[in-house]
Amino acid sequence: MTEMISSPAISRREALVIALLALIGLVVLPCLNAFVPSTSPLHVSNFAITVYGKYLCYAVLAIGVNLLWGYTGLLSLGQALFFSLGGYALGMHLMLKIGKLGQYQSDLPDFMVFLEFPKRFPETGGLPPHWIPFHSFWFSAAAVIWVPALLALVFGWLAFRSRIKGVYFSILSQALTYAATLLFFRNDFTFGGNNGLTDFKFILGADINAPSTKRWLYIASGVLLLAVYLGCRWLTSTKFGLIQRAIRDSENRVLFSGYATGRFKLFVFVVSAVICGLGGALYVPQVGIINPSEMAPDKSLEAVVWCAVGGRGSMLGPVVGAIAVNAMKSYATHAFPEQWLYLLGGMFILVTLFMPGGIVGVPAQWRAARARWTRKGEAAGDKGTAPAVLESATKEP
Amino acid sequence: MKNLRLKFLILLAAVGLSAGARAAETVKVGVLHSLSGTMAISETSLKDVLLFTFDEVNKAGGIQVGGSKYMIEPVVVDPASNWPLFAEKARQLLEKDKVSVVFGCWTSVSRKSVLPVFEQLNGLLFYPVQYEGEELSKNIFYTAEAVNQQAVPAVDYMLAEGKKKFYLLGSDYVYPRTTNKILKQYLRSKGIPESDLVEIYTPFGHTDYQTIVAAIKQFSAGGKACVISTLNGDTNVPFFKEFANAGLTSENCPVVSFSISEDEFRGLPAKDLVGHLGCWTYFMSIKTPENAKFVGDFMGWLKDPKVTGVDYKVSGVDPKGRVTCSPMNLSRMGVYLWKQAVEKAGSFEVDKVRTALIGQKFKGPAGEVTMQENHHLVNNVFIGETLASGQFKIIKSFTGVAGEPFSSKFLK
Repeated sequence: MTEMISSPAISRREALVIALLALIGLVVLPCLNAFVPSTSPLHVSNFAITVYGKYLCYAVLAIGVNLLWGYTGLLSLGQALFFSLGGYALGMHLMLKIGKLGQYQSDLPDFMVFLEFPKRFPETGGLPPHWIPFHSFWFSAAAVIWVPALLALVFGWLAFRSRIKGVYFSILSQALTYAATLLFFRNDFTFGGNNGLTDFKFILGADINAPSTKRWLYIASGVLLLAVYLGCRWLTSTKFGLIQRAIRDSENRVLFSGYATGRFKLFVFVVSAVICGLGGALYVPQVGIINPSEMAPDKSLEAVVWCAVGGRGSMLGPVVGAIAVNAMKSYATHAFPEQWLYLLGGMFILVTLFMPGGIVGVPAQWRAARARWTRKGEAAGDKGTAPAVLESATKEP
Repeated sequence: MKNLRLKFLILLAAVGLSAGARAAETVKVGVLHSLSGTMAISETSLKDVLLFTFDEVNKAGGIQVGGSKYMIEPVVVDPASNWPLFAEKARQLLEKDKVSVVFGCWTSVSRKSVLPVFEQLNGLLFYPVQYEGEELSKNIFYTAEAVNQQAVPAVDYMLAEGKKKFYLLGSDYVYPRTTNKILKQYLRSKGIPESDLVEIYTPFGHTDYQTIVAAIKQFSAGGKACVISTLNGDTNVPFFKEFANAGLTSENCPVVSFSISEDEFRGLPAKDLVGHLGCWTYFMSIKTPENAKFVGDFMGWLKDPKVTGVDYKVSGVDPKGRVTCSPMNLSRMGVYLWKQAVEKAGSFEVDKVRTALIGQKFKGPAGEVTMQENHHLVNNVFIGETLASGQFKIIKSFTGVAGEPFSSKFLK
């Protein structure tokens, strides 16, 4: 209990682990990719770098989900929407940068040509007016932040003002993302419909498919993940973080103590949306496509599963979960294409049944189990305390 | 200790022997179809028919290149109906497994997702499912029906039947949009006035067709009307139910569907569609010796699925209620065309195979196909009437229709 209430500042050990992981992820791996010849067993392939970059973006999304769920008690099932919006914002810029290299050798993105946009928007030569500012990289980069933030602000304000919480909030957030999916599926909505945005060629003037670009995108994802991790770690260790967790544990008490909990929740919701948007923006150039199925409710659910597998309520858990689940998915869809779903499903069941603290909760669980075992050995009569120890150790990190 | 060493030596010898015993060399070939998720129901059939075809080729002696025989060794992956995962798996097949060719993709969005990967790594993809065209990649061969091999012949048939009013109904995605855009232009050029052309889209999974069917009823009241449907998947069930409820039949207003093949009837009730039309470059009911052999051998293979000559375990094949359909036939055509091209080029190198593919001919179940310079096939087109059994009765055929991806080239 004590660990939960006192603000958990970064311990020496944690700092060491993070620094080591950052060194390996941000320096060693890219160097092994760039400078070690591909014949060497130490070489990290271009394929691996792109896939790792994707995992890191997923990890950012998972942190966003966890900041809401694990730390504030808000189970949002719509975070993939903010992830996709960030992706779309940058994707629009990348579409405009294809230039005349598309199928129709037109300045317009391909889908605008065959959907006859020049007839719909004759005054701009076919480009819908809201696409025009996305010619600028910096405008798009800003949109990656403010578009998800604005939507989260409006939706959050409406939801929290009406004191919608618990399962109702989850359902509403899921409805929001579902509605957005349907909207983006519509070809009339000017964002490419079902096919979405794809076949990007350049980012900041560099060939988007070149190994060096992929490497820089990977490094950028790593830096983003590190920054988001440290930022959230700091936020949750402040007095603000304390209130955040108090809201999670008993919102009414906080409310009656004179805190406007709605505003706190709104702030966290917006921060989480921005985090997710940033992750999505780096995700899109690495995977090369963004389409509405990325914002479908099941994608948000997947992110929630990553948190649960990794261990919600700790900052490292979601990162571990996102990387572990996706790495396993990548591996198993190739090694066991027919059976991988059973494998993944089995893993989820295993975690829910036997690892309530997720993967990162295993050491604590192990310690608790050992403590219980030794205590049992010492005093066979003392029965009441042992389960309690296990419970407190696994419930909260 | 000595015993252990001896065991180890025996093991080594055994491994060496078994490696030496492998008679022929192998060539890796990628299969990129969703085996889970929303597309699995359609794409699993293509995976099955590909494995069957590999077995067929291997049994007949494999691929002959430079005096040696190569057995096809499949590398099956599951992109799980997830479009970014399609790109990842494509990259994995080309970069990691170094496959010589990939057969795969169903939806256009999955093809769009992998296209940059194939272009960057100079891979080779065979795409077997009817699509909207407006694309031509030097790394993709489209054995699929282009719009002028499906929609245009179907409309020609309707015009010949005396239909004068066309209701274009589709799911809202790129294939129906493009097809209908082309059809409208085509019909206008045939003198159909704008007032007799209606274009309507419904979202994926739409179930309420009351309003639309009422509108169709009114539209077809004067007779001489038909519906051109590019509705996708499950949506067809409520549409055809509502259609029949409103008293509309294939007699007073026939529906031509482009996305319903024999394989879809495993999930759709065919009885609601009896008399309505389909248009493809292959039907299971085609009567040729090649088709009888294809269907017979495939049904036999499903009961005992294996790929001869390579160490590949086939699993997850369900033999119950199986049929063949156009995308399946075109998948198989792709394998044979590739095999012939490799043998002609004497190499598995993509650039050489690509050149050799042009002009390749193969006599398949639905007649002879020829690969053209534009990476599309010359193929026969058939119009079929739906039977209650989920099969089609062929009522019209067009021979040697040359696929053309860009509508600007076949619309004058």
